[in-house]
Amino acid sequence: MPGRLWPPQSPPPSALSLRDVVALSGRFPLLAGVDLEVASGETVLVEGPNGAGKTSLLRVCAGLVPVASGSVRILGLDPVRNRTALRRRIGFLAHAAHLYDDLTVRENVRFGVRAAGAPVSGIDRACERLGLTGRLLRTGTVKLSAGQRRRVALAILVARAPELWLLDEPHAGLDAEARGLLTELVAEVSAAGATVLVASHEPELVEQLAHRSVTVTGGRITSSRTLGGRPRGIAHVA
Amino acid sequence: MWRDSLLMAGKDLRIEARSRVALSQVAPFGVIALVLFAFALGPDQGPMAAGAPGLFWVAVLFSTVLAIQRSVSVESGDSARDGLRLSGLDPAGVFLGKTVAVAAQLVVLEVILGVGVVLLYGAHIVDYWLIVGSCLLGTVGLAASGTLYGVLSAGIRVRETLLPFLLLPVVAPVLLAGTRTWQAGLTGGTPADGLPWLRLLAVFDAVYVALGVVVYGPIQESA
Repeated sequence: MPGRLWPPQSPPPSALSLRDVVALSGRFPLLAGVDLEVASGETVLVEGPNGAGKTSLLRVCAGLVPVASGSVRILGLDPVRNRTALRRRIGFLAHAAHLYDDLTVRENVRFGVRAAGAPVSGIDRACERLGLTGRLLRTGTVKLSAGQRRRVALAILVARAPELWLLDEPHAGLDAEARGLLTELVAEVSAAGATVLVASHEPELVEQLAHRSVTVTGGRITSSRTLGGRPRGIAHVA
Repeated sequence: MWRDSLLMAGKDLRIEARSRVALSQVAPFGVIALVLFAFALGPDQGPMAAGAPGLFWVAVLFSTVLAIQRSVSVESGDSARDGLRLSGLDPAGVFLGKTVAVAAQLVVLEVILGVGVVLLYGAHIVDYWLIVGSCLLGTVGLAASGTLYGVLSAGIRVRETLLPFLLLPVVAPVLLAGTRTWQAGLTGGTPADGLPWLRLLAVFDAVYVALGVVVYGPIQESA
């Protein structure tokens, strides 16, 4: 079992490297020849209309969708051969929160953190940061609202502190306060040197943080533009 | 792998402790099956006692299907199965953990059904070692094979009906060996009558535990 992997001792030159990647669902193309290089510590905004392939791109990066052709290297590793080790270094905030309804908030966070081999010492601070305190920690997640469930999923990511953050519509379902908090978190982990890929329909919430934006259309990356972002690797996660 | 299996087993057993599905639904289902068998065989205790070993294991098998369905459905809500894949847990550890959790529930179920067989069918246990040995070995085999076929059917919409169809023929050796061992244990046969069947159960266990450790990961990824 790999030990704690944050911060990376020798960061790979490219955190994400996708070359001519084709991914299929049955015979339906999810990605139709994606080329994408993301440098370590870079924050990239992924834009595009519904069904363009943004979520599929993130799922390929997380190793959840196999590629039919092309090559994929995530954090310098093959996502198929090094699946388990790699997934401990990746945090994926998906549409679903991936929580167990019969467990409490704290139990869900603890399970997610321990499963990734991360130290449990960061759980309390992560929960507090996401506003998960007091009785809420002992509440079954079945009783939570969609926004609260998203906060729990985020708390797991914060406590795990992965090297690569894959955020799929991260602001969806969150109230104004939580949206602000999420923006702060993305800025912090990005500044601390983590690589972040954010798929969003609300670019105005992410553009100020991202170094670059790519647009996905029809399963391909059709454009890329440089954004302001923050200088990489100048701060640490609080 | 061992750390991951303990984590997984702990999680599944904690969920069971909260939801109490095994105690409130699976165990009563097994008892109802025993009662219905008794109705079907009539009031004469002779046929019931003679058929007790087979009826016990049939009830255990049917209840196992429910326990496995529950184990699979725990990972279905809120795309938890994707979460499990993303968690970084060793798939072999996930398999062993889920197997241990199901086995623990089946042991409780078998104690309840064992008492039911004694009370309802008038069965007399002569050789406790054979009975306990067959239950423990049978439990491991049922939990391991059930967990494996459970993940195989996990991503399929019709898994509720597909799982029994896949699993019940596969666990026929457990039914056969368990029944024969119980017959020896209830009628006071010599240990030699039961040992070959215990060996069969041990081989079944070894095959399915080894198979699960190796193939659970690839199946989980493709389910």
